[in-house]
Amino acid sequence: MSEIPGLLPELEVVRKDFPILERTFEDGVPLVYLDSANTSQKPQIVIDTMVDHLERHNANIARAMHHLGAEATEAFENARDVVAGFLGAPDRDEVIFTKNASEALNLVANTLAWSGPLRVGEGDEIVITEMEHHSNIVPWQLLTERTGATLRWFGLTDGGELDTSTVDDLINERTKVVALTWVSNMLGTVNPIAEIAQKAHAVGAVVVVDASQAAPQLPIDLAAMTEDERPDFLAFTGHKTVGPTGIGVLWGRRALLEQLPPFLGGGEMIETVRMEGSTYAAIPHKFEAGTPPIVEAVGLGAALSYLSHLGMDAIHRHEQAITAYALEGLQSVSGLTIMGPLDAARRGGAISFELDGVHPHDVAQVVDSRGVAVRAGHHCAKPAHARFGVQSSTRMSSYLYTTPAEIDALVEALEYTRSYFKLA
Amino acid sequence: MTAESLDSLYQEIILDHYKNPHHKGLRDPYEAEVHHVNPPCGDEVTLRVHLAEGPEGTRVEDVSYDAVGCSISQASASVLTDLVIGKTVEDALAIHEEFLTLMQGKGAVEPDEDVLEDGIAFAGVAKFPARVKCALLSWMAWKDATAQTLAKEAR
Repeated sequence: MSEIPGLLPELEVVRKDFPILERTFEDGVPLVYLDSANTSQKPQIVIDTMVDHLERHNANIARAMHHLGAEATEAFENARDVVAGFLGAPDRDEVIFTKNASEALNLVANTLAWSGPLRVGEGDEIVITEMEHHSNIVPWQLLTERTGATLRWFGLTDGGELDTSTVDDLINERTKVVALTWVSNMLGTVNPIAEIAQKAHAVGAVVVVDASQAAPQLPIDLAAMTEDERPDFLAFTGHKTVGPTGIGVLWGRRALLEQLPPFLGGGEMIETVRMEGSTYAAIPHKFEAGTPPIVEAVGLGAALSYLSHLGMDAIHRHEQAITAYALEGLQSVSGLTIMGPLDAARRGGAISFELDGVHPHDVAQVVDSRGVAVRAGHHCAKPAHARFGVQSSTRMSSYLYTTPAEIDALVEALEYTRSYFKLA
Repeated sequence: MTAESLDSLYQEIILDHYKNPHHKGLRDPYEAEVHHVNPPCGDEVTLRVHLAEGPEGTRVEDVSYDAVGCSISQASASVLTDLVIGKTVEDALAIHEEFLTLMQGKGAVEPDEDVLEDGIAFAGVAKFPARVKCALLSWMAWKDATAQTLAKEAR
């Protein structure tokens, strides 16, 4: 399979890092996992690191005055350093651990409504896009409902890209926040983050980027971006970057994080507590109330180290090569329509499609009978589906361990689906 | 899942109803209209119920619907209308109960063809927990609309 340029070198060796890829089902049907935009699989090093932490170093962090407490704290804070390195964060204290990307986005959307110099109020405008995951729509709807601010959004072109023709109307002196995804989880579209951030910063708006689909596949270097191109907040989740569930990340500019009020109150986030009132810890702890997901953070550190070891540039090249191969293969299936950009260079590895005459749930069920795991439904992006006049779609999503042979297996399974539903 | 169990899910009867659904479309008159959704998958049904008094009691005069969703949810709406239209509400509710028992039986319930007719084709669906809600969508909508109609009449 080395005839396709751009694939990860030693792909078969890399695949051996992921024990689940050896899974077979009834009659020895092998797993073909094409649902990585939903959640990625985990390499042995992540599993082992978490087991080792629990077996040998488990303790609560930042408060236990004993050997294990010191080890656990060090492991947790090392994970923060790894995340900072992975993002190219200018300052490691700007990395806040949350339980997932949704919580990270909700943290920003809530605290912006509460108090402080960044507070959103009546007459202010929040701008999002029609291709957002529900987790980057609903928190902003809640924010505008609570504050009396107005929610506005970018529409999409027929090709599945952001319609930026209205940008000068949408982003204006009333705009307080521009929140958008870097890579669409449904259409695969890669958005012009730097360009939008420049426009937003020119009017003094805060830029929030959902990097849940970008972090697994694009090299990110925040420090290398110019001040005006760099987002102000960026969220991603651990389980899509070969890490565990239960851990997410919010990166934010120090100056802004310091201006926001605390999100959750509790242990760890305080400086001192008196009955009359409290003062708060410095960032990042100000936003990390209670015992955090410690072993999950440690696992995420191992995951991001693993990705960095393979190299995000190499992973990105692999994704583009596989995506190009998949776009070609899928288009060979008659009655199949792809939603989103058809040029692999302009998109991520999630490809949503319709198969004429077969509902997505039925597609997913039939291909599953051949071991092929894809997602069917609205992928938590109902407005984006509505934009294209469909209720749901089937989505395949590849990752660093995906082989061209697996794409072939999907295409064959789709042909089988057509014959199963007796489509000519 | 093997090809065999795939066939147990997608019985010919189901595929036939999917391709040629019975009683589809929204019609007048009706006493209640409901809209039910399966949030995780986005399947939706709008369903109307028209009841009328007959010699044997309240009768299901018509059930009309408009639905988007998978083959299982579409076929099940079609089979539902075949089974309940023309029955008394009492008999129709008994059929509903029978279908519910079958779908919640995890594949261990032997369906009664005399009661469920084409509905027995859904016995295989009961073995796929993720698809049970597809098969039940229109049935739950029908029960809801019927209950609303009866409540209105009782007032």
